[in-house]
Amino acid sequence: MKKLLIALVTLIPTLAMASGGNIHLESANIDLHDQASLQRGLDLFQNNCSGCHSTQYQRYERVATDLGIPLDEMSQKYLYGDTKIGELMENAIPEDDAAKWFGAVPPDLTLVARVRGEDWIYSYLKGYYKDETRPFGVNNTVFPSVGMPHVLQDLQGVPVKQIVKQEDGTEVTTLVATGGSLSAAEYDQVVRDITGFLVYSGDPVKLERESLGWWVLGFLFIFFILSYLLKKEYWKDVH
Amino acid sequence: MSNAPVNTGRRRFLTAATAVVGGAGAVAVAVPFIKSWNPSAKAKAAGAPVQVNISKVEPGQLIRVEWRGKPVWVVRRTEAVLTELPTHNDQLRDPDSLEPQQPIYAQNVGRSINPEYFIAVGLCTHLGCSPTYQPDSFGEQVKGVTSGFFCPCHGSKFDMSGRVFQGVPAPLNLVIPPHQYLDDGTVIIGEDEGATS
Amino acid sequence: MIKNLVDWIDERIPMTATYNRHVGQYATPTNFNFWYFFGSLALLVLVNQLITGIWLTMNYVPTSEGAFASIEYIMRDVEYGWLLRYMHSTGASAFFLVVYLHMFRGLLYGSYQKPRELLWLFGMLIFLVLMAEAFMGYLLPWGQMSYWGAQVIISLFGAIPVIGDDLTLWIRGDFVVSGATLNRFFALHVIALPLVLVVLVFLHLIALHEVGSNNPDGIEIKKNKDENGWPKDGIPFHPYYTVKDIMGTAVFLIGFCYILFFMPEGGGYFLEGPNFEAANPMKTPEHIAPVWYFTPFYAILRAIPDKLIGVICMGLAIVVLFILPWLDRCKVKSIRYRSMTHKINISQFAISFIILGYLGAVPATPELTIAARIFTVTYFGFFLWLWIYSKNEKTKPVPERVTH
Repeated sequence: MKKLLIALVTLIPTLAMASGGNIHLESANIDLHDQASLQRGLDLFQNNCSGCHSTQYQRYERVATDLGIPLDEMSQKYLYGDTKIGELMENAIPEDDAAKWFGAVPPDLTLVARVRGEDWIYSYLKGYYKDETRPFGVNNTVFPSVGMPHVLQDLQGVPVKQIVKQEDGTEVTTLVATGGSLSAAEYDQVVRDITGFLVYSGDPVKLERESLGWWVLGFLFIFFILSYLLKKEYWKDVH
Repeated sequence: MSNAPVNTGRRRFLTAATAVVGGAGAVAVAVPFIKSWNPSAKAKAAGAPVQVNISKVEPGQLIRVEWRGKPVWVVRRTEAVLTELPTHNDQLRDPDSLEPQQPIYAQNVGRSINPEYFIAVGLCTHLGCSPTYQPDSFGEQVKGVTSGFFCPCHGSKFDMSGRVFQGVPAPLNLVIPPHQYLDDGTVIIGEDEGATS
Repeated sequence: MIKNLVDWIDERIPMTATYNRHVGQYATPTNFNFWYFFGSLALLVLVNQLITGIWLTMNYVPTSEGAFASIEYIMRDVEYGWLLRYMHSTGASAFFLVVYLHMFRGLLYGSYQKPRELLWLFGMLIFLVLMAEAFMGYLLPWGQMSYWGAQVIISLFGAIPVIGDDLTLWIRGDFVVSGATLNRFFALHVIALPLVLVVLVFLHLIALHEVGSNNPDGIEIKKNKDENGWPKDGIPFHPYYTVKDIMGTAVFLIGFCYILFFMPEGGGYFLEGPNFEAANPMKTPEHIAPVWYFTPFYAILRAIPDKLIGVICMGLAIVVLFILPWLDRCKVKSIRYRSMTHKINISQFAISFIILGYLGAVPATPELTIAARIFTVTYFGFFLWLWIYSKNEKTKPVPERVTH
């Protein structure tokens, strides 16, 4: 009986490891408590991505509140026309036009972090490289035959695939970018900021949920102690 | 079953403690269920304050704007209407607007910030029908009063400040929403200077 | 005052009598171990699913255009909507976890054997309806996994000869899974199946209380009564098992709430990543796997190279559980007093089930398909072997009274 249980328990981690693809992903290492990073991420996203990609399941007001941005500032920076702060962050360009220009409708990105994972986004934004055979002259190591141009090229520069020989003789493919306005480390931070913002967008309630979770677990622990003592007290009759 | 003596005091205490803590837990679980019935972020966004341009409203004209899904009237009152307002106080239920049906700044005879413009939620305080504006023919309802509002559902009558007449089913004056003037020609309904933004 | 009220009611409906029969004076064996928590926990999770489900319908939009967005609306715009939704989604997985453990308990201690065959059958019907309920509920978020999972499962019916294609068309109400399918699944998920489920749970409990609870020793406590007619090894359900089940509930809730608040996706097994993308009939996700609780049966389906036989085997994997009371011909119930053969057989069955569950969750490769075939054979082998050896099984002597 006990052996069986042990067998059951040891199988669970095997089951948990059964997910994940073959592409090597870099760790995004984001911090949802770092509001400054999330604010930069929002800014980068609105300026570079939101032209084509909506985040239509979230509202400007909620994002501003969660990220610690005053509502006035949010309105001035990111709201155009008669858009109101309580509205959803929908797209500026019509889907039909987008489909004509890019061959496919650029997907909504509110939940992309929950679909792909934060490391995927981070690696994807760092995975562009020069490839003249592609329509936009770039390809991506994480997303082969990618349909989107390298929007952050001004910041990163033009990455080129290079094969570097390591000390032990093995060859490693790396991407080396030149001509961008940012250093490699600065670009990593930019990508991390955007990733952080998208992770926030995918699950905006995460921090609140976890802090509430500790209270709930604490309460249940006390309740368990009491119910354990109560059970023991009554079961004195039986044993 | 053993026949060991039972410590009833301890047993009672633990039963009560578990029941109280468990009951508190049950109440806490009810909170999200109850709170989920509050207006959602979508409803709040749709119920946001409304900006209205009132410069084009003619004297005597009534325009309707929607705020939180309710009709809000903006009436430009003529000189004649304004002079008529204080003359029928003895026929009103609450002539001095003592009931809290309006923001403090509208607790005056015109029930308004700017006497020229009467701004009110156009729903009868009886059962929520929208009264009809009778700019000239109100004398048929109340003798000697030229203009007012008449509710077609159950015959309640209000004067040009939305004050209810005696002897009708409606108990209270019409509701004045919070509002403020941005400039002479623009008013925001649903928000006033006391509002946090 | 209160006594008068109780008397007044008792003259009209058997309130006190019912309470005594099912709670206050229901004789329960004294030797229940932790396996016996899962029945009451299943009831708790059912109540959770019913209440959170009702609350979710208040904001859910059952149309192919609005379903996905309405889930995000619940998750973001409705106050505490995220909590209600996660309670429901985590509850779905918790339901199957406790039900599987509850069923395994029955297997261990022979709770399906005479006189509890009908109790077992009602339980199996609950399991069957629960699977339908979970499958239809999974379509409602209208994500990629919802859509393509439904597509695959409904297509299974196409394997039935002659009527297969017409049948799938009829189930979907369209040429593909569409808004029509969503609407009928919604109706069944929120009204029809919950009603059936509640009735079956009621019958399950009535059947249980008629024959009395089994126990880890597999002996009938009713056979050994004291001078008052009360079973010597029995204690009233209340207060002894109410306080014990409250304690079990607390332990369960700690685990449940940990997942709910800290990992509501359950590592991608309770809420699957691709399901955060709205359904797209033009694009299948790279790897489709059913939710974890269906994967053992899905692995059996995939292991068999013929569509019709695959579907039949998958169905048989569940049907064979229904006839378990008649396959096991041994008179001794509990695994404690049965042969080593039986212990090995139950162990291999549990391992087969778990490995099949794993295999159904990962992409199929030729090696894994062979593994799935082996474990499909051992899964069914359990029942066949049980039928053979249980006729003349060498058992240990069963004690007169329960042991602790």
